[in-house]
Amino acid sequence: MQTKLNEEKKEIEFAIEQAKKQREISISEFFTKNRHLLGFDNPLKALSTAIKEGVDNSLDACEDANIMPEILVELKQTTPERFLIIIDDNGPGIVKQQIPRIFGKLLYGSKFHKLSQSRGQQGIGISAAALYGQLTTGKPIIITSKIGKNNPAYYYELHLDTSKNEPEITKEEVVEWARDHGTRVEIEMEGKYQKGKRSVSEYMKYTAVANPHAKLTLVEPDGTRIEYPRATEVPPIKPKEIKPHPEGVELGNLINMLKSTESRTLQSFLTSDFSRIGPKTAKEICELANVSPNSRPSRIAKQEADNLFQSIKKTKFIAPPTDCLSPIGQEALEKSLRKEFDAEFYAATVRPAAVYRGNPFIIEAAVAYGGNLSKEEPAEIIRFANKVPLQYQQGACAITKSIMSTNWKPYGLHQSGGNTPIGPLVIVVHIASVWVPFTSESKESIAHYPELVKEIKLALQECGRYLSKYIKKHIQAKAERERINLFEKYIPELAASISKLSDTSKSELEDNLKIILTQQLKILNKEDGTIKED
Amino acid sequence: MVPSKKISLSEEKLKELGDNLARQISKKQNPSVKFPTRSLSNIKYNKQTKKLELGKSITERSFFNLGHSKKFLQTIEIASIIKKQLIETNKHEHLRGIFYIAKRTLPGTNINLVDDQTESDKIIEDLEVITGLSREELHVSANKMGSMVGSISLVDAGDLIDCSRLGRGGYSIPSITDELEFKKVEAKYILYTEKAAIFERLNEDKFWVKNNCILVTSQGQTTRGIRRLLQRLSEEQNLPIYVLCDGDIYGAYIYSVVKYGSIALAHASDRLTIPSVKYIGITMDDIINYDLKKHLIRLDEKDLARIKQISQYDWFKDNKAWQRQFKMMKEFHGKVEIQALATKGISFISETYLPNKIKNKDFLE
Repeated sequence: MQTKLNEEKKEIEFAIEQAKKQREISISEFFTKNRHLLGFDNPLKALSTAIKEGVDNSLDACEDANIMPEILVELKQTTPERFLIIIDDNGPGIVKQQIPRIFGKLLYGSKFHKLSQSRGQQGIGISAAALYGQLTTGKPIIITSKIGKNNPAYYYELHLDTSKNEPEITKEEVVEWARDHGTRVEIEMEGKYQKGKRSVSEYMKYTAVANPHAKLTLVEPDGTRIEYPRATEVPPIKPKEIKPHPEGVELGNLINMLKSTESRTLQSFLTSDFSRIGPKTAKEICELANVSPNSRPSRIAKQEADNLFQSIKKTKFIAPPTDCLSPIGQEALEKSLRKEFDAEFYAATVRPAAVYRGNPFIIEAAVAYGGNLSKEEPAEIIRFANKVPLQYQQGACAITKSIMSTNWKPYGLHQSGGNTPIGPLVIVVHIASVWVPFTSESKESIAHYPELVKEIKLALQECGRYLSKYIKKHIQAKAERERINLFEKYIPELAASISKLSDTSKSELEDNLKIILTQQLKILNKEDGTIKED
Repeated sequence: MVPSKKISLSEEKLKELGDNLARQISKKQNPSVKFPTRSLSNIKYNKQTKKLELGKSITERSFFNLGHSKKFLQTIEIASIIKKQLIETNKHEHLRGIFYIAKRTLPGTNINLVDDQTESDKIIEDLEVITGLSREELHVSANKMGSMVGSISLVDAGDLIDCSRLGRGGYSIPSITDELEFKKVEAKYILYTEKAAIFERLNEDKFWVKNNCILVTSQGQTTRGIRRLLQRLSEEQNLPIYVLCDGDIYGAYIYSVVKYGSIALAHASDRLTIPSVKYIGITMDDIINYDLKKHLIRLDEKDLARIKQISQYDWFKDNKAWQRQFKMMKEFHGKVEIQALATKGISFISETYLPNKIKNKDFLE
């Protein structure tokens, strides 16, 4: 009910459950059928999805460990259809025992069970990339990882046992690695590499914008090396983990939470597994649902759970805490935009935290204008969700809709109807939330929640106001230059004509006209020089 | 009689314009020219003289004003072209030719001094007002569009022309008629028609021989050359002038321009208007009297709007006879062309219609 997302997630879970039980539908079959849900629908997209999953993991890991990320992405073409992807980071590394499970088992991860702002969510991404590689090339995923100076580096080659959803280690050894910590992932897969829109390099550039503290490097298949330096040495604020807010909970969630909680009583379940429920509120909820606060959560029947759910819905709660959010930051966002785009004017803004369905979120927006940006094209829209660029399904996204339904004309931009404004403009919108409402599992566009759209538009309008100040000043300065220029061009022509009419020398007229020009400009500036003849 | 004196006057006036600007510039003033405003708001109908005149409003065009500077440059450059290339060499050039001389890209810009002929035409009209010289005195001509036949002989550029011996085409009226010299004028009146086809009909019927008159035609609107010629014949030879137009609002306006002047050339009214001209037809009454109702052409929205507009002009506003005509136009909801008279017989116009009108003094004024 909450979103299509949850439904799809349930579908996947259900499907995987079925696969486990019946052993007839294999996970690989499921994956092959549903690869589009995970972003592997075509060779072009598969390549960028795999890179995206790897880089997201690296960034998340570095953030958790307070490490300033240095990530290398390298692509090597092995056959006309195949590419070897290497993602190499200076992250905290992965404990030996965990390596096979993280990379060789679908739906295994640290992020799914907690509510905090992170790039990845389901623990499906990198293992899905590995599986896709295995399905298309038969090659294993290769991982090298080291967790500290005094620890060895482990080298693994893994296959996914698709019938059991378990990793199968084909090679495991200790290797020399001349660094303190980090992880290197190599996947070979079928793919297609191209430059331009929705390319890997676009993804890297956008990622650099959203992660000003990261140092990124891309080596393209043709050997081109692109560096994305840091825009700031200040690491982002580490988002805090929060518990779900009762306003956002769904019946299904609630039942699962009741089953899996460690709390012994309903009372303690409500106060410790949710945010913003105190003992008093917990009692009230129980009373309203006609369930004893001392009941064991695991023994709550379905009907009781439903009653509980209804009474939660009827109760008012304080808005969730917002320290779980980590925006890019106004200054950092502006700096990184400045670094990646050759424009004349930059502005960024961060909105105060707001809430939709019990989920806190923060909207950030930024614009870059002028310079070498294309003047005749629609503005370049860059969408971020939890610092991850969204490159597909732009048209369906709430961010795009918000941009199109904002009136840009008052800010001095061209815009026809409800379209993207036209001009030398880059528009960046970032939504940071513990739970971003994507329209589908491949996490490509954001659902239209009125609260989100409202905040996005407010952020855009603020950027628009900064922009219009600049454009107006810019246009004025330009008009001034043009005016002087025009008069300078006209003066010799006028002098020549007057000297033909009267017997005055052309050079004398010209010299005097130039003197008058400097005097007149002062007056013209005041009058704005636009007085028309009657 | 023409030559040296007039040319020097023109030259003098243009030099005066240049000297004035040079003086302003040497005083470090923003160079500017002042002249009576030529827009509709400044056109007045003078009831005493019965002419359209410019009012008292003054336009100042200055160089260091972004809204004016290009027009200012156009004005002065075209003035210098006229002085150097036409007046000092005693040559004449067409409006079209002036446009081509002035049409150039200004060095170091992508701006053309003039982009189309309407711009340079307007500047020349401005120059008439600025210098007080007529376009003819500025040696600028327009397309000639008219013909004349009749009992008149004249000298044009040294050639003696007898307008009674010019066959079917007649004398081709030049664009500048100031310098024509009238020799022998035996005609008693002038019949001017907007329609060349009617002129040909009347010429073939030898109307001007039988009625001892002069026939003049234009092609639609009356050019300034024809207006000046008619004015001179009216004033110098004391000839009455009758205007024959289609029975519609446009015919009425052609008559009104000849009689009172036009909005665009209000500054030249003294040289062009003929307050004594009379309208001979086609009138709305002719439609009844000559049974032309079945030849009416239905009015459209544009025609009706124009009737409304013209009937409210100051010079028509209090004219009862004309207001009656306008009212009848609306009632008929139709207009009629001169050629409709041909339904009564090809030569009905020359044998019956016009002689009757003149004999009965059946004119509108």
